[in-house]
Amino acid sequence: MGDTADRSEIEAAIRGQRADYLEVRLDETATNRIVYRGRELEEIGRTRSFGGNVRALLRGGWGFVSFNEPSELRKRVEEAVEAAGHVGKETSQFAEVAPVGDTVPLELKNDPRTVPLAVKKKMLDRYNETILSVDGVTSTNITYSDAHKRVLFASSEGSYIEQERIDVVSRLSATARKNGDMQQASMSLGALNDFSYVETLGETARHLGERAVELLAAPYVEAGTYPVVLDPILAGVFCHEAFGHLSESDFVYENERMREIMVLGRQFGQPHLNIVDGAAVPGLRGSFRYDDEGVPAQKTDLIRDGILVGRLHSRETAGKMGERVTGNARALDYRFPPIVRMTNTYIERGEMSFNDLIADIDEGVYARNWFGGTTSMEMFTFSAGEAYMIRNGKVAELLRPVKLTGNLFTTLMNIDALGNDMDFNQGGGCGKAGQMPLPVSNGSPHIRIRDVVVGER
Amino acid sequence: MTDPEPILHAAQRLGAQRAEAFIVQSEETPVRFEANRLKEINARQTSGVALRVIVNGRIGFASSTKPGDVSELVEAALETAPFGPEAHLDFPRDGPAADVDVYDPDVEVLPVDEMIEVGQSLIDAVRAVEPELLCDAYVRRGDSTVTIANTNGGMFTYRGTGYSAWLNGTLIRGTDMLFVGDGDASCRAQLDLKAVEASVVSQLENSRRTTEARTAELPVVFTPLGIASALIGPLTIAFSGRMVHQGQSPLVGCLGKAMYDARLSLWDDATLPYRPGSRPFDDEGVGSRRNPLIEKGVVRSFLYDLQTAGLAKAESTGSAERSMAAQPSISTTSLVIDEGEMSFKEMVGSVKEGLVVEELMGAGQGNVMGGDFSGNVLLGYKIEGGEITGRVKDTMVAGNVHEALKRLVAIGSESRWVGGSVRTPPLFFESLTVSAK
Repeated sequence: MGDTADRSEIEAAIRGQRADYLEVRLDETATNRIVYRGRELEEIGRTRSFGGNVRALLRGGWGFVSFNEPSELRKRVEEAVEAAGHVGKETSQFAEVAPVGDTVPLELKNDPRTVPLAVKKKMLDRYNETILSVDGVTSTNITYSDAHKRVLFASSEGSYIEQERIDVVSRLSATARKNGDMQQASMSLGALNDFSYVETLGETARHLGERAVELLAAPYVEAGTYPVVLDPILAGVFCHEAFGHLSESDFVYENERMREIMVLGRQFGQPHLNIVDGAAVPGLRGSFRYDDEGVPAQKTDLIRDGILVGRLHSRETAGKMGERVTGNARALDYRFPPIVRMTNTYIERGEMSFNDLIADIDEGVYARNWFGGTTSMEMFTFSAGEAYMIRNGKVAELLRPVKLTGNLFTTLMNIDALGNDMDFNQGGGCGKAGQMPLPVSNGSPHIRIRDVVVGER
Repeated sequence: MTDPEPILHAAQRLGAQRAEAFIVQSEETPVRFEANRLKEINARQTSGVALRVIVNGRIGFASSTKPGDVSELVEAALETAPFGPEAHLDFPRDGPAADVDVYDPDVEVLPVDEMIEVGQSLIDAVRAVEPELLCDAYVRRGDSTVTIANTNGGMFTYRGTGYSAWLNGTLIRGTDMLFVGDGDASCRAQLDLKAVEASVVSQLENSRRTTEARTAELPVVFTPLGIASALIGPLTIAFSGRMVHQGQSPLVGCLGKAMYDARLSLWDDATLPYRPGSRPFDDEGVGSRRNPLIEKGVVRSFLYDLQTAGLAKAESTGSAERSMAAQPSISTTSLVIDEGEMSFKEMVGSVKEGLVVEELMGAGQGNVMGGDFSGNVLLGYKIEGGEITGRVKDTMVAGNVHEALKRLVAIGSESRWVGGSVRTPPLFFESLTVSAK
């Protein structure tokens, strides 16, 4: 971003201010986007966003100024310091971190920028045709985007970091309609710095079309409490929603009651349960080298042998709780301050085969793939993209989409078996405090949970 | 890049037959409270340009928030045009804009200290009732100017202000968590803070006890907050002209037909004075109007932007909304459900066993396009023998909005605004699927 901001200019702007801490972040993102709805290409476009922000900490108060006009950086810095001064009445608590100077190059596998727009469009045309060619499909929705983002970070402590990434995200969806009844099947996919998966979606497209049509003839689940088996993708979403958000320390650090609930050493699951978060796991959508406070990426054990052993921190939450930083302060873009977020969150694999997982279930639900999920900390809900009854130890009839809900504290305890496989959901984007969609991944083996409330629709 | 002329000229010079620039400049100041205390003061300045071009009958699109980026912007839009969708629209010439008040000079000069006081007073008021409540609050003022200009000579510009305050409280006992909250929004520097306080206090009072629901088909009363959280999304998506044109709306072929309870009327109205969703014209320059969606149970109209109207041989209803990230899409502005005859108290009083829903969590997942809604009752109460007896937890409520609105017991007689963009009374449903542990 040398064309818009000069290093010496940035460093001069944050030097000599009366703040306890100051940072400047500039980012520039170039996005290509293609959208289909039904037979029509709805949209094809190129967007470019450029902007920056200044964040100042003074006596425990924060001032945050964001802008598209990068001129007069020093004035913006002064505004942020003044705002922080207006808020701050205490002592700043901010975990110590060694300053970093680094430039992180793109680690490209298959660069979407080298694929001409005409080629991308031809590929997507084919997938759209494939879905529409399934008898009974009435419409489609395909969204593809690749976003190349460059971020520059500088702090008053002397950090100066440049990072780049390309997020390649796709969502395919098929709609089937019959006598006023409508069903949808969809799939979200994503990859970091890699276009490859987009080249091989033909099978997925056909499968989605067929499933949407099958759903028209499928029954609703009878609402109630069931043993449930989740596939790795949905179990990953469950892990993210049901537990991951609770491990974000900004929900905890100022809240005495929450601190009691989330006390390290508390048993959350059976001894076989291990949950980890970490941007240092390479090559996934939630991976990066430094977070948006310049803290190096790590891998953090959250639950080990069923016991709560760690949580996710920004420098402020770590400082206030007297714990180590974990590199989880992330901002969606220049318009937002970094807050505590997950990166790649996963349940570690167990030992059981899929057949053994379902063998002793007389009546249960096998739920696959995700539609969405959300949490209120204590309670969570997430919906499956695909569900089947389990009867007498075998996967039985297809169901219409189901929704699973529960109470975190009992549900984690009720995970009674873990599969010996592992997969990551890379198609999701996490939302928190208006910052959405933030690239994350989540993963898991197949898992079995006792007594889950399953709702129709 | 706040002047559209050079952009339109460059686009035409480089090969666009027609072009349209959409320019937004805004400034906002949010003040944020965390854990009962002032935490952060923000200032956001944003500006950006989105450009649509029509070349050989196809639409190209690009946008930029980078100042001085004119030639790159124009080149990017022209580069995408050969692959773009066929144009089924023409940009509007200068036409009549609706006379809509959306600007209040008092907002601009609202002192930050007064905003801090608003947040603090909301927190203090509800904590006086429940001292253990931990509150986050958000008070925001904003000012934005929207300009749309096109090569047909259309030039539309307006300035709007916004002011809003939100309060969210959490009460934790053991591992039990209660979430309460409400807010108000306006284009004016006046908010009904007393109503926000009263709403949150009533949520706290109705939640003093926790009780259990059972799995059954039960009568359910949705409060205005509950309607906005669970029903508005799946209902209004069916009125999108785009969904109808693509055969994805369950209301295809239902125009003019009685699809809902004959007492139900729903409007989308961008002309209401000082509402956050109001504007003199939409984001393509088409004049705002009051669009009837449901009149006495009959489906009256669908919502269109220019391109969809062209495809569907309909007329734009002034429903185009856009951001820098994408081309215009169809959106509602301020939704109004007409009042009925039964008070909330009478609704509760007439139920032997049922629920009141204030918020469904996760209601936006699942088959929303088909009208399905279902979610975990994040905030809701049990009705027993005509009285609210406590809060329910670990309970799901599910239904299909198009089916449920055929089987209404009553429409409430007291409406209120929710989230600045929906005005509705409570709705009393005969029976919905309730599942509990």
